[in-house]
Amino acid sequence: MSSSQDQGEPSLLSVRRLTKLFGSFAACDGIDLDIAPGEIHALLGENGAGKSTLVKMLFGVLQPSAGQILWQGQPVSIASPAQARELGVGMVFQHFSLFEALTVGENIALSLDPKISLSKISDEVASLSRAYGLPLDPKAHVADLSVGERQRIEIVRALLQNPKLIILDEPTSVLTPQEAERLFETLFKLKAEGRSVLYISHRLDEVRQICDRATVLRHGKVTGTCDPRQETPASLARMMVGSDVAAVHREELGATGETLLEVSGMSVAARTPFAVSLKDVSMTVRAGEVLAIAGVAGNGQGELFDALSGEYPVPDDNSVKIRGKAVGRTRINGRRLLGAGFVPEERHGHAAVAQMSLSDNLLLARAHSDRKAFLSSGFAKVIRHGAVKAAAARICQAMDVRKSGEDPAAGSLSGGNLQKFIVGRELDRQPSVLVVNQPTWGVDAGAASRIRQALIDLANSGSAVVVISQDLDEIFEVATSIAVISEGRLSKAYPAGELSLERIGLLMGGIHDSTRNASQAEEAAHAH
Amino acid sequence: MFEAILLTVMTAATPLVIAALGELVTERSGVLNLGVEGMMIMGAVCAFATAHMTGSPYLGILAGIGGGALFSLLFGFLTLTLVANQVATGLALTILGLGVSGQLGESFVGLAGTKLQPIVFPVLSDIPFIGRVLFAQDLIFYLSIVLIIGVNWFLFKSRTGLKMRAIGDNHGSAHALGINVVRTRYLAVLFGGACAGLAGAQLSLVYTPQWVENMSAGRGWIALALVVFASWRPWRILAGGYLFGAVTIGQLHAQAFGVGIPSQFLSALPYAATIVVLVIISHNRRTTLINTPASLGKPFVPDR
Repeated sequence: MSSSQDQGEPSLLSVRRLTKLFGSFAACDGIDLDIAPGEIHALLGENGAGKSTLVKMLFGVLQPSAGQILWQGQPVSIASPAQARELGVGMVFQHFSLFEALTVGENIALSLDPKISLSKISDEVASLSRAYGLPLDPKAHVADLSVGERQRIEIVRALLQNPKLIILDEPTSVLTPQEAERLFETLFKLKAEGRSVLYISHRLDEVRQICDRATVLRHGKVTGTCDPRQETPASLARMMVGSDVAAVHREELGATGETLLEVSGMSVAARTPFAVSLKDVSMTVRAGEVLAIAGVAGNGQGELFDALSGEYPVPDDNSVKIRGKAVGRTRINGRRLLGAGFVPEERHGHAAVAQMSLSDNLLLARAHSDRKAFLSSGFAKVIRHGAVKAAAARICQAMDVRKSGEDPAAGSLSGGNLQKFIVGRELDRQPSVLVVNQPTWGVDAGAASRIRQALIDLANSGSAVVVISQDLDEIFEVATSIAVISEGRLSKAYPAGELSLERIGLLMGGIHDSTRNASQAEEAAHAH
Repeated sequence: MFEAILLTVMTAATPLVIAALGELVTERSGVLNLGVEGMMIMGAVCAFATAHMTGSPYLGILAGIGGGALFSLLFGFLTLTLVANQVATGLALTILGLGVSGQLGESFVGLAGTKLQPIVFPVLSDIPFIGRVLFAQDLIFYLSIVLIIGVNWFLFKSRTGLKMRAIGDNHGSAHALGINVVRTRYLAVLFGGACAGLAGAQLSLVYTPQWVENMSAGRGWIALALVVFASWRPWRILAGGYLFGAVTIGQLHAQAFGVGIPSQFLSALPYAATIVVLVIISHNRRTTLINTPASLGKPFVPDR
């Protein structure tokens, strides 16, 4: 396909020297891109490489500063998303712009011609979604749907306009492996109908699995166009990052140290109707061990983190033990004083206050556990700003946090840099137990590898680390042992080397821990 | 006897229903206008003055609607164009309305009003029992029922109503879809003001056909509570309005019969009921998500 492409088959969409300037900063700098009819074309790049800016120009959200967009060989200017849709471009955004209070049908109706009746739209949604293997009930309220189902709405919404080109922005970042497979089947169906797909991702395996060609961006420039099937993940990553991504090193220590974190038979009732209750969760994490907890979002990861950190203490004091001490009813500061550290999932609003400076954020987290260093003695407890600022600078140095200015507001940092800071904030204390939830969610590859390496180094220095993550690549990179959480139940922990991707997928799908089920699962996996 | 009580309950409930319905539309678009009391009293004074000077209660109704709408336009300009804080602006609107109406109405105190006469449907009003209650009422009562049906249809069946609910749920996404958020909200605020004005007109033309300073007597606040009580659904406004109306009348009768319930307790009942409803609906996250306008009270500033 790609070779016939090079011999001058007319492109559906061509982009010539496309440039977008924000002030003097070029987010896109002279980009060339060709998408052939009926191909799945990958757009690869790290966060900040210019992928979103490019796509926004193609969809009419932003206007290019220079360069040309050709649609079926004709130069066009795309002034608005409506005009893009008219041309035949459909877009599925990464962050869905759905209305939770409205039904699926109503959501879709809002972006269509108001003359079409709601019942007609509902019928079309139902039939179209079935035809593409994305079943949807048009009368369901969006508030009741899972993230995967919400994505289907966006896809069906795009398909209703019968587009020739569909742009998907990081579509699998919210899906289970099985849901992702289903999406791929839909994409192949679209391709078979002669539609083109522009697939934005930084998951290299996926791109190699489904894409015919890939264009790689770095710092707003095209660094290469290739057939991803001919490349290795390492060579693609090199194009994305510019140099080889520092491979994460893990020495096989065989965690035999003393048990630092022990959870036994912990059950926690759901706090709200939408939360997940934890059912008989047990785990043991030893010094030198990285236990990764895999699972699809919304299966109790947040609740497990809350229980481990003491943000919401659990009723049975003995069900959580840190360094042998029962802490189930102890709150987070008490647990921190025992040498534990916790990094929650949400960077903004939970782990950090966006409007406050880095040093203030450091103080907020550690005012209690490091009060001797950061606060004066006596009744007034005056803040020692000098000491706090010095510690913040030390953390930034250690984790290579790139920031503008001496002590900027947390919100001004990019996601990756802020995440490095909040992980570094805990690492700085050399915690003997560290629990992190989704440590590299939405973080660029460079920062992610830095954070993962730091977690492994901490374990190697004799701490127990628990990593709750949805990113299986990450899990296999850092974990010495892996457990899977599904519907609030935690499987037993398997040594990382013994688990296959399929097996984890099945565990994530709710096939639980009993030996019989596990062996059946294995058979099922092998039968494929 | 029972029919007479029912008729007074209906008269007491109608202004609550109309004002709450207007506020419901305003809030469904994501704007919280706490100035209902102020807009209502402005409607009352405009309606009374016009009816007194022209002798026509129908012109009075129009003047009441116009007075309320004009007053809400001030709120709209401050909160939608100048993006002022909605809560503070709404409170100011109430205080301003009470003051301005007192000033405007000074020369009308104690004057005889022009009562809006009932419109009697010939055959229907002869139906035993319900005939007199439903078909021998004044125009504003009939309007209240038409408005309930109309608003319900508008919000849940029409495309413009869908857009309005979308704006109330997430004004950022609505803006991204190309819906004109500010213009739609202006219309919703104007509708709310017009309804509050109409409710005020009912007070000074039907309920007690005269002008008394502060004659809205907290009904605007009850209407606000009623919107929450109804969890932003039009038909529940009707039910809640009649319930609150019955409480108001019950309070008067209880006093007359010397029942030993303090009247303060009864006048607090609508608010207590609203708190109970708030607790119940916020307990169930799903009903909250589906009915509560999520962007209620949040200022909207479009991206450059």
